[in-house]
Amino acid sequence: MGLGSDMYRQQILDHYKNPRNYGELEDPTFTHVGENPMCGDEIRMDVKLDDDEETIERVAFSGDGCAISQASASMLSGELHGKTVDELLEMDRDDIIDMLGVDISPMRVKCAVLAEKVAQDGAEIYQGELDVEKTTTED
Amino acid sequence: MSHQHLEALDVAAIREEFPILQREFDGQQVVYLDNAATTQTPDPVVDAISDYYRRYNANVHRGIHHLSQEASIAYEEAHDRVAEFINADGREEIVFTKNTTEAENLVAYSWGLNELGPEDEIVLTEMEHHASLVTWQQIGKRTGADVKYIRVQEDGRLDAEHARELITDDTAMLSAVHVSNTLGTVNPVSELVDIAHEHDALAFIDGAQAVPTRPVDVEDIGADFYAFSGHKMCGPTGIGVLYGKEHLLAEMEPYLYGGDMIKKVTFEDAKWNDLPWKFEAGTPLIAQGIALAAAIDYVEEIGMDRIRAHEEALAEYAYERLAEFDDIEIYGPEPGPDRGGLVAFNLDDVHAHDLASIMNDYAVAIRAGDHCTQPLHDKLGVAASARASFYIYNTREEIDKLVTALDDARQLFA
Repeated sequence: MGLGSDMYRQQILDHYKNPRNYGELEDPTFTHVGENPMCGDEIRMDVKLDDDEETIERVAFSGDGCAISQASASMLSGELHGKTVDELLEMDRDDIIDMLGVDISPMRVKCAVLAEKVAQDGAEIYQGELDVEKTTTED
Repeated sequence: MSHQHLEALDVAAIREEFPILQREFDGQQVVYLDNAATTQTPDPVVDAISDYYRRYNANVHRGIHHLSQEASIAYEEAHDRVAEFINADGREEIVFTKNTTEAENLVAYSWGLNELGPEDEIVLTEMEHHASLVTWQQIGKRTGADVKYIRVQEDGRLDAEHARELITDDTAMLSAVHVSNTLGTVNPVSELVDIAHEHDALAFIDGAQAVPTRPVDVEDIGADFYAFSGHKMCGPTGIGVLYGKEHLLAEMEPYLYGGDMIKKVTFEDAKWNDLPWKFEAGTPLIAQGIALAAAIDYVEEIGMDRIRAHEEALAEYAYERLAEFDDIEIYGPEPGPDRGGLVAFNLDDVHAHDLASIMNDYAVAIRAGDHCTQPLHDKLGVAASARASFYIYNTREEIDKLVTALDDARQLFA
């Protein structure tokens, strides 16, 4: 990926330096953590659902890591607002790359998709369809 | 130690033999500073591979025909060339493996699993590459042998006193890296080997970063085993070398069984082949072995003393340029005779992978990550570091480009 070379880099750097929805929710419906061992990136995603138990009302993230992983989490936290859990589960890596708006080199894709994977695993655990303590991009 | 008397390398002439260095990305010529991971391959070595496949490709040791004879002779003589290069006694002490890691595993499985028990201790250093660290850690788990680590000091050097404390009569194996791929430290390996031998322990030295960059004499060092890889010294990938003292290799069990490593086979049993073939089961790395000999010819023609001087000069220059900035943390000893030609660093709290991405925009190729020394990075308190590593074709101007690109990264993340 070209952090320094293209017009979209400012957006990523902006989200990295000024992360949106950073922190933890007081009463999340579900919360989950994950890591990308290759980079040492760590992300926690807190999701609060509406009373309909389907619509995502609020998302917060916290963590530490490279610019790609943190900017991706920040952008995703905004993106998910108003979406349903099913819509979250339908997202794939292309959605994240579109959201970031830059070409991600194969080595950095894991950084980009970490937040999405953590949110999705969190949702599946909430639905009782998955049982993992921590998501890792190496699985 | 001064190398002032050595004539500097003719880098311009050397670069002409590496066409890959002319490649451009987005109009910028590549600046290849990832030589500790793998070096580029000069034309004479590519020619050696091509010549083998075009003129005398055949399986070795089993053909009566001309082609097989030629291939066998070239492959066997490649062992002699390696022996001469590192001053081993002969081809009996030179086993071709696919890389340093396999050499380490060969000894760990063949000697370690058979000889070690719960009463034994294995001593490593905190700056070991995973090739040695993971391997001996697992052998320790399987045999019950304890694994201990010689401390790395603040200055990036091994704590010699701690080494003397750790290596005792209980130590069965000392495995230490000659030149650290992360800190750049050149360890006093012959002293470490002497300490091991005082306690009747064996010593294995990982020379992956040492053999490409300085003269190495296994007799001087005195190690029982010494390993390195071809692809870090202008050779191809897929070829490594295990040097072992003949009497030890002779007593050891084979690591891999199969064709070519046997003298006689019946339905009941098998008798092993002579050294080194006992450890080279199956069709070996023929083209790669022959090309390794060509790579040795190539670097020796330049001169290992001169290569070391070039490496030290570039490391010193890079260290000085990077040390100008307060926000750059450099790992490992200050420049000098015990510092090899690589510099690992971090820029403030910018993740090393982000740094490498920005460097890549300038076509500057550096390594970012844990460099296969995760426990050492844990000790340094960082998840990753950026690393620039140099070889015979690198210049000061290329280091300047690295520093310019770092400036850009600094501004982006400010």
